[in-house]
Amino acid sequence: MRVFDPHIHMTSRTTGDYEAMYAAGVRAVVEPAFWLGQPRTSVGSFVDYFDGLLGWERFRAAQFGIVHHATIALNPKEANDPRCAGVLDVLPRYLAKDGVVAVGEVGFDSATPEEEKAFIRQLELAGEHDLPVLVHTPHRDKVAGTSRTLDLVETVGVPPERVLVDHLNETTVDMVGDSGCWMGFSIYPDTKMDEHRMVRILTERGLERMVVNSAADWGRSDPLKTVRTGEAMLASGFDADAVDRLLWSNPVEFFAQSGRLLLDGPGSAGPDRTATFEGNSVLRGERPTTAEA
Amino acid sequence: MTDRNGSLPDALEAALDASARGRLLDMAGEIRDDPVRVRVLHPSAARVVARGPLVPVDHDGVYGPTLDDAVREVLVGALGEALADDRPRLVEETSDLYRYGDADEKRAVLRALPVLDIGDLALPLVADALRTNDVRLVAAALGPYGSRNLDDQAWRQGVLKCLFVGVPLTAVARLDERCDEELARMVAAYCYERVAAGRDVPDDVWLVLAGHAEVLDDYPLHDELESEYADRRAAAARFLDSRRTFSTASSVSAADTNSREA
Repeated sequence: MRVFDPHIHMTSRTTGDYEAMYAAGVRAVVEPAFWLGQPRTSVGSFVDYFDGLLGWERFRAAQFGIVHHATIALNPKEANDPRCAGVLDVLPRYLAKDGVVAVGEVGFDSATPEEEKAFIRQLELAGEHDLPVLVHTPHRDKVAGTSRTLDLVETVGVPPERVLVDHLNETTVDMVGDSGCWMGFSIYPDTKMDEHRMVRILTERGLERMVVNSAADWGRSDPLKTVRTGEAMLASGFDADAVDRLLWSNPVEFFAQSGRLLLDGPGSAGPDRTATFEGNSVLRGERPTTAEA
Repeated sequence: MTDRNGSLPDALEAALDASARGRLLDMAGEIRDDPVRVRVLHPSAARVVARGPLVPVDHDGVYGPTLDDAVREVLVGALGEALADDRPRLVEETSDLYRYGDADEKRAVLRALPVLDIGDLALPLVADALRTNDVRLVAAALGPYGSRNLDDQAWRQGVLKCLFVGVPLTAVARLDERCDEELARMVAAYCYERVAAGRDVPDDVWLVLAGHAEVLDDYPLHDELESEYADRRAAAARFLDSRRTFSTASSVSAADTNSREA
């Protein structure tokens, strides 16, 4: 089983997770910029975070044989803090960079006017930078938030095949599927969606424009939930090609629209523990080579 | 640098096909018309035009610009033309390219500094690069711009840092010209510290010490050959042997150094 996890916050995960993911077949990930649990209060901390996603985290993933990409955006929750509004002004620099495969996560959290303003501006930026969009749908009042999301996508004029609407469930999948947008599902240990419900949805709607992710972050989550979904599919009669389509070909097809996937980039040749990033390795000084610097 | 007729430096002309050349000239033209465009065109330049080594042996751009560095230098040159009458803004835009750049973009900015008429105003970027442990950035910081503009103390610290992090000293611009007795003293102290720890000393120290070998007399390196500790005796022997090896090879490496400074 080869796995492309299209939504995972590796910044919050350990090297043990990277090792377990590689062993289970995960070879590529997309890490969306999002909330870190602790609210940020300045543009500078976002800039450092974006630099970390595109620099250190890509390097760290490569040490474990996993190719790392990022999506960059001002997330809806922090779009409500006026001190963070200036993030929108630095986004163009980051949306121009290699390895940035979408604008995201954008969308709604509490459905405020500030969130909507940031969402619309970032949908426009996606067009200006020729990037797809990764949309977060809210935990609260999900159906209304998802419906409003689809309205905005249409109003701004982003082609639906370039939009992935994430964190869907039984109540939101049909409206997103019917809109022409991609349907994303975050498979969690006990919220959002689980692998068995996911198989039911796949059985009903098929595999077209479907992706699943672990959305693993700093909360209770499991970076192997993509693999578990593949196993549940096999157990219920899907064949290996279907699993490969859901866990690899579909997310590759979606993010390849950016023209910036790095599938032959750092990490693609397997684990490499000898490299350094800006002079730092993940090995805390213990180098497997004999060279002394 | 380009002119409006679209001529590029020879190395770039040779490395780019007609289509890549056209894309680069278009981007440079966009920046001349609207300098703010450099903020998105500089980061995307490697993807849009070309990337990779310019000299096959120099894959990481330690000795000189990579192909993507050379491409980005054209864009920085265009920025310099667009803001020729507004030096503070030119310095600010250039500094922001570095601040918001990933490691490749930062290295490209450092490599491109000589094409800008900004005197020593970009030294804060060089100082930032010298604070990192990234060999690509440290090497680029001690390229032609840094070696021309850093004061003696900062430049010597930079050269010493190269020895610590593993940047070959042949990558340092104007090493022979700026090397002085104080740098030799610092390097000699470093050599003694390494030997006293029973560790290897990089051969590149001889590029500094060759003209100032007397500074070694201040350190009891020969005494180390009689140390009561085997690792220190061995380290001293390896170091003193390396001097003989270097003196037979130095004429070759000096020629290499000069060819890279063009």
